[in-house]
Amino acid sequence: MATSEHPILKPFETNCKFGFRSLSGIYAREWGVKSLLAACALLSVLTTLAIVVVLFTEATRFFHADRVVCDAVTLQDGERVVCDTYVATSTGETAGDVVTCPACEASHTLPAAVTFVDFMTGTEWNPLIGKETDKKFGVWALISGTLIVSLIAMLVAIPLGMITAIYLSEYAHPRVRSILKPTLEVLAGIPTVVYGFFALMVITPGLQFFHDGFSTFNATAAGLAVGILCLPIVSSLVEDALQAVPRSLREGGYGMGATKFEVSTKIVVPAALSGIMSAFLLAVSRTVGETMIVALAAGSRPHLTMDPRDDTQTMTGWMVQMALGDNSNFDMTYLSMYAVATVLFVITMSLTISGNVVRNRFREEYQ
Amino acid sequence: MNTQTTPEKPASLSKRPTGFMAVDTETASAIEPATMIEMDAFSAWYGDFQALDNLDLEIPEKRVTAFIGPSGCGKSTLLKWINRMNDVIPTAHAAGHLCLPDIDILSRTTDVVALRRRIGMVFQKPNPFPKSIYDNIAFGPRLHYTGLRRSDLDNLVEWSLKKAALWDEVKDRLNQSALGLSGGQQQRLCIARAISIGPEILLMDEPCSALDPASTSRIEDLIFELRKQYTIVIVTHNMQQAARCSDQTAFFFEGRIIEAGPTRELFTRPREKQTEDYVTGKFG
Repeated sequence: MATSEHPILKPFETNCKFGFRSLSGIYAREWGVKSLLAACALLSVLTTLAIVVVLFTEATRFFHADRVVCDAVTLQDGERVVCDTYVATSTGETAGDVVTCPACEASHTLPAAVTFVDFMTGTEWNPLIGKETDKKFGVWALISGTLIVSLIAMLVAIPLGMITAIYLSEYAHPRVRSILKPTLEVLAGIPTVVYGFFALMVITPGLQFFHDGFSTFNATAAGLAVGILCLPIVSSLVEDALQAVPRSLREGGYGMGATKFEVSTKIVVPAALSGIMSAFLLAVSRTVGETMIVALAAGSRPHLTMDPRDDTQTMTGWMVQMALGDNSNFDMTYLSMYAVATVLFVITMSLTISGNVVRNRFREEYQ
Repeated sequence: MNTQTTPEKPASLSKRPTGFMAVDTETASAIEPATMIEMDAFSAWYGDFQALDNLDLEIPEKRVTAFIGPSGCGKSTLLKWINRMNDVIPTAHAAGHLCLPDIDILSRTTDVVALRRRIGMVFQKPNPFPKSIYDNIAFGPRLHYTGLRRSDLDNLVEWSLKKAALWDEVKDRLNQSALGLSGGQQQRLCIARAISIGPEILLMDEPCSALDPASTSRIEDLIFELRKQYTIVIVTHNMQQAARCSDQTAFFFEGRIIEAGPTRELFTRPREKQTEDYVTGKFG
């Protein structure tokens, strides 16, 4: 359209009072908006980084934490007596520093209290009992608790979640689906503390009704509750994966005379396998990190066991106990929380990353 | 007369019904073919919308019948009724007569699985399963036949791929993913997959619309070969394709069959004005 015919924009000669907006203003605003959005996006990255930094520095402090027991030997009445005094170091000395025993004034070089290898390979965890020297920090006692609870949870969540997802995606009438899906989402929205209570008050008595061997706190009840918690996560992620399989593949299957069950199990599920595997990995990572249920229902006795009837303590359970407990001073026992948290972080992060890798690497590209 | 079997046919599958029987083309064209699919006052709806209105049509055995017509005229709907693929659409329903020689397709008691075993389907877009080439072909036989030995299956895969003129291109990579094939190869794989379970009828829903001209021409050659043994119904938007590879043509418009007859007649001496306008490209 020629400028002369434009209803607002008259030719420049005619003293038009309208003009184009200033371009530099537009660009400045665009730049401002873009920066703001980028800053918000960056915030999550920075938070993650900050958490990782704190975790690792505190964990490092744990491994360098300072404590020493005086082993100076004196002769008293002809007998050799070991001093055996705990030399606390509250003034910030670290490993390698020289401290003096308050009782016998012997000098000691502070050792690294718990070596990384001891921590990662030990199977005994008893920082709360006994003498300072008897404390053991073997993380496998906690990992075994986490493992058994996660295993039980996955035994519940994976089969039930798979079946629910296949039903929802392949079989359910739209009306049934419109009821079932929101119900599952409600399940996902229940606070985990409620699940914990449910496990303690309902599941455990139920288990004890069938079998005497279950303790008041036990891994099975906690595992079942975590499994129910993860069920909606599994079913919803798996259903997304199944829905992403093109309709044409199902039609191809039906055209071959396959039944609905055959189409679901032999075509749709294999075609969605990468998405399903990634859903499982994400669910496992959620289970491993689950805290409230295990803190309430699993107990607080860390020990290496695979007996699901026994009470146990998970990594998260220990961290809750430390964070809320009365270990006020920042000693070894408290710092161990960060070391455990680091292990947990590494586990969940590798699960999440491998979930993404599986999904991207093995995804079938359809035309 | 059709008791002689094809030489390439796997020996272990000789109990197979008529679909695997070879027929001498010369003889077959000489005699008047029997009717394979018969429609009488057949109508179909999606909810309240009537997609097909009062169709009368006979589809001859071991011939290629083409359905032509503008988009939305109901030709694909009819195709999907023939093997009851419309069952998955809750609002779809039909009335009238739609029969194979021995089966009432529309009857509630008809075993859909058995029906689809006899009526193979090839879709508009190639839809190989995300499995190996071998497993794509073996999928149907594994579903429908018991006691298959590995060697039977090997023979059957080779036979099907040879029938679909794909064997030479894929024989060295049977265990690779079918998704790595070109579009035309994928479509021939789908045809091989459809004939692997020995159907009598092949339904093809615009099988070449997603393919380039060279692949299209290969599929058309294949259709010409397959008509010796199978009753083929092909939906196409491509008038030249219908003219090239079909024996019978039915012209659909707004849910009705305007005209049906031998392809040459329909294209050269159409009885109806609408048919003439469509085949000469005045509309559609």
